[in-house]
Amino acid sequence: MTNEALIASLKTIVKPYVRNEEGFKNMTEHTDFLTDLQINSANLVDVILDIENEFDIEIDNESMEKMLSVKAAMEIITTKLSEK
Amino acid sequence: MKNRVVITGLGVVAPNAAGIESFNEAIQQGVSGIRFYQELEDLHFSCCIGGIPPVTDEMAQKYLTPLQLKNFNSSGILYGCMAGMDAWTDARLPVAASETPDWDSGTVFGTGISGVEKFRESIYKIDDKKVRKLGSTAVLQTMASGVSAYLSGILGLGNLVTSNSSACCTGTESILMGFERVQSGKAKRMLVGGCSDHGPYIWGGFDAMKVITYKHNGEPEKASRPMSASASGFVPGSGAGAMVLETLASAVERGADIYAEILGGASNAGGQRGTGTMTAPNAEAVQRCIKAAMADAGIQSADIDLINGHLTATVKDGMEIQNWALALDRKGKDFPFIHSLKSMIGHCLGAAGAIETVAAVLCLKHGSIFPSINCEDIHPDICEIIAAEKIPQQLIKWDNLEVIAKASFGFGDVNSCIILKKYTA
Repeated sequence: MTNEALIASLKTIVKPYVRNEEGFKNMTEHTDFLTDLQINSANLVDVILDIENEFDIEIDNESMEKMLSVKAAMEIITTKLSEK
Repeated sequence: MKNRVVITGLGVVAPNAAGIESFNEAIQQGVSGIRFYQELEDLHFSCCIGGIPPVTDEMAQKYLTPLQLKNFNSSGILYGCMAGMDAWTDARLPVAASETPDWDSGTVFGTGISGVEKFRESIYKIDDKKVRKLGSTAVLQTMASGVSAYLSGILGLGNLVTSNSSACCTGTESILMGFERVQSGKAKRMLVGGCSDHGPYIWGGFDAMKVITYKHNGEPEKASRPMSASASGFVPGSGAGAMVLETLASAVERGADIYAEILGGASNAGGQRGTGTMTAPNAEAVQRCIKAAMADAGIQSADIDLINGHLTATVKDGMEIQNWALALDRKGKDFPFIHSLKSMIGHCLGAAGAIETVAAVLCLKHGSIFPSINCEDIHPDICEIIAAEKIPQQLIKWDNLEVIAKASFGFGDVNSCIILKKYTA
């Protein structure tokens, strides 16, 4: 999966949780979920569950803690996909 | 100095109508909201009927955001939010700005149990060793204070935010608790009310207790029969009722429309002593509660024009009437009018007192007494205490309707009674 395709599917996943539309419009690899998109921190677990469903992977607790940005999410998804 | 407390906003989501205007029409016309539900029959319930508000997904989307509705499975919280937001809008109050809450406004919004469907969903996941799949909202939708937490976030309430719970007394008790807070000056405005989930997981326990009727599955609209000789148990309902209580000074200052005034009220318990048990009321406690409410309101029993009863359609209805007659020392033709909204919407449990008090306020506002349906065959025990004509079978228009007593009684031997009055400056 290309980086562009990965970002595109992440965009669809995070959309319902975003509270900063401007940040969402300009979402890139360097976007932070909490500061740039203003996602409520409680909703991060929902974002991760939606990622698990979308990619059919399971994200362990340690990886979950690191998933605070688009870049981190992309790395973890790529790693988990390659382990399948 | 005690503040006078007035009602400036109403909201309701009831089995026979959602929204104040259509609810007012429905109760005046005696429209039943009780229906047959195949799901209950498939689950082998004895009682396959119930009251579920006519709420569609489209309606829910007008109140809650797509994010709030994601993985949402708590009908009681939805009904509570709808009724509460409607009451707030009806009172023409603003939603607090994004940075600062409204420090002068709070809520006491009760429920018997919250999010039972969400709880069930969560339990299945936990037992399947998938606790991590619960997501972030399982707690928020199942905590007892869920409904008040949702409402305070939506409206930006910065005063007391809590949920009370006292079984079938919950709705009436919440109004009294909010009333006391406004009366004492601790809040300018309180959003009060109660809500209840619908469905088999909340109604099942009552089915098992055999306190709900199994004799009318083929004629749901005739099933809820308070005060009738053929009453055979209550019909379970659901929904929410809400109102905005406000100091008279605040209401006048902002030019609010005033529906009615709350003069006073009382809550007590029978301690499950004497005739009282976990499920039956101590008669003396009921009478004391009614008398204490009158004393708190500063009225005499002769002032009461109408009683909005608890009257569930069980064998206890006659006992309730007897308690009213003794507490008021009025009987026969001297007894006030008395009716039961449960005849149309069933027993909405934690929401019952709130929805029924909303109906009582509408009676004062419109000078009308809605009919108590399904009691054309009044129970002979009741006829021995009060004149049959005191139970309206048809809508009665009465411009001079001034004072209504509303009471609710609940499991745990708990009681609440409120005295409402038509507003006059």
